[in-house]
Amino acid sequence: MQPKPLTIDEIAALVREKFGDVISEPVKTPTAEFFTITDLEYLQAVMYFLREDERTKFNYLYCLSGVDNGDGSLSVVYHLESLGVHGHRLEVKANCSVEKPEIPSVAEIWRTADWHEREAYDFFGIKFIGHPDLRRILCPEDWEGYPLRKDYKVAEYYHGIKVPF
Amino acid sequence: MSLLDTKFEKGGVIISKVEDLLNWSRLSSMWPMSFGLACCAIEMMATNASNYDLERFGIFPRSSPRQSDVMIVAGTVTFKMAERVKRLYEQMTEPRYVLSMGSCANCGGPYWEHGYHVVKGVDRVIPVDVYVPGCPPRPEALIGGLMKIQELIREEKFGGNREDVKKRLAAKSAPAEEVIMAEHPNQADRSKGQDKKETEVEETAETA
Ligand code: SF4
Repeated sequence: MQPKPLTIDEIAALVREKFGDVISEPVKTPTAEFFTITDLEYLQAVMYFLREDERTKFNYLYCLSGVDNGDGSLSVVYHLESLGVHGHRLEVKANCSVEKPEIPSVAEIWRTADWHEREAYDFFGIKFIGHPDLRRILCPEDWEGYPLRKDYKVAEYYHGIKVPF
Repeated sequence: MSLLDTKFEKGGVIISKVEDLLNWSRLSSMWPMSFGLACCAIEMMATNASNYDLERFGIFPRSSPRQSDVMIVAGTVTFKMAERVKRLYEQMTEPRYVLSMGSCANCGGPYWEHGYHVVKGVDRVIPVDVYVPGCPPRPEALIGGLMKIQELIREEKFGGNREDVKKRLAAKSAPAEEVIMAEHPNQADRSKGQDKKETEVEETAETA
């Protein structure tokens, strides 16, 4: 297959053509270009499309991270690359609220997402619906709270050890 | 005790206290537990390697706590690791010594404020005998800390309390300010030499 890198506008157009109005307009900042998946019902379908379609072929999820926006919403950022095929890259975001932190899992689409989603769950408490094994990955199993949330306060004691300095 | 060999050569008879002999043999074979927790461990490995060669002091890492006398806590102690560190410490046979290496193990280091997962000092988990400051401490500093443990062992008595030994050692030590401010013998020479030159210059100026 001849490599044919696409711009974010072209990719967004492909997604719109297939699924309709499920993503936002592409946002372009000096450091990043991304679009947000507004209809989470379609998140898995869009991701699967991005991986499988001949024109996009995003066969590699090279990073997945959680974000606490500080305004009562959480985000997940997906970094995709078409490794060895087209060579283009893409950033996709998905948002959820702190009250209902649920986002469909993409672990079945890219195996990399398995541990990355566990990490985002560990630090931000984002529940990935459909994840095969959603447990804490870095903090101890019995850790309380999600430490990278903006409103996180350290506990006084952990297993009898004083936590604050 | 470094005179042992010369004594052997002269008469072959040594009179010593059993206590001293035991202490000497123990301080000449301090075997640390072989584990590292973070960046400080790299410096500890460098100290073990050929440049600094800890083995010349009889110090070389053992892979089992059952065979170790010294635990070098080299690096950041997280809450997850703290329980393991504690268990390893409990598995070591007595008498055992703990050296806390680096700011992280001493007091939380760079993570003292925002490190939700870092134990702010390994002494919250196990008793520490010697603290080595630094981030990371240089190998010389680690060797200095290990020599402090040797000092501690040298002073120990049968059935004695280690805290008493520490108090005795503290009484012997010089106050830090004096050591820092003390003039180095070479430095004194040098400054004298400089004075001379300055006066010479003044003299020549006057004569001119
Ligand atoms: S004291 Fe510094 S060098 Fe040592 S483990 Fe902590 S951060 Fe790393």
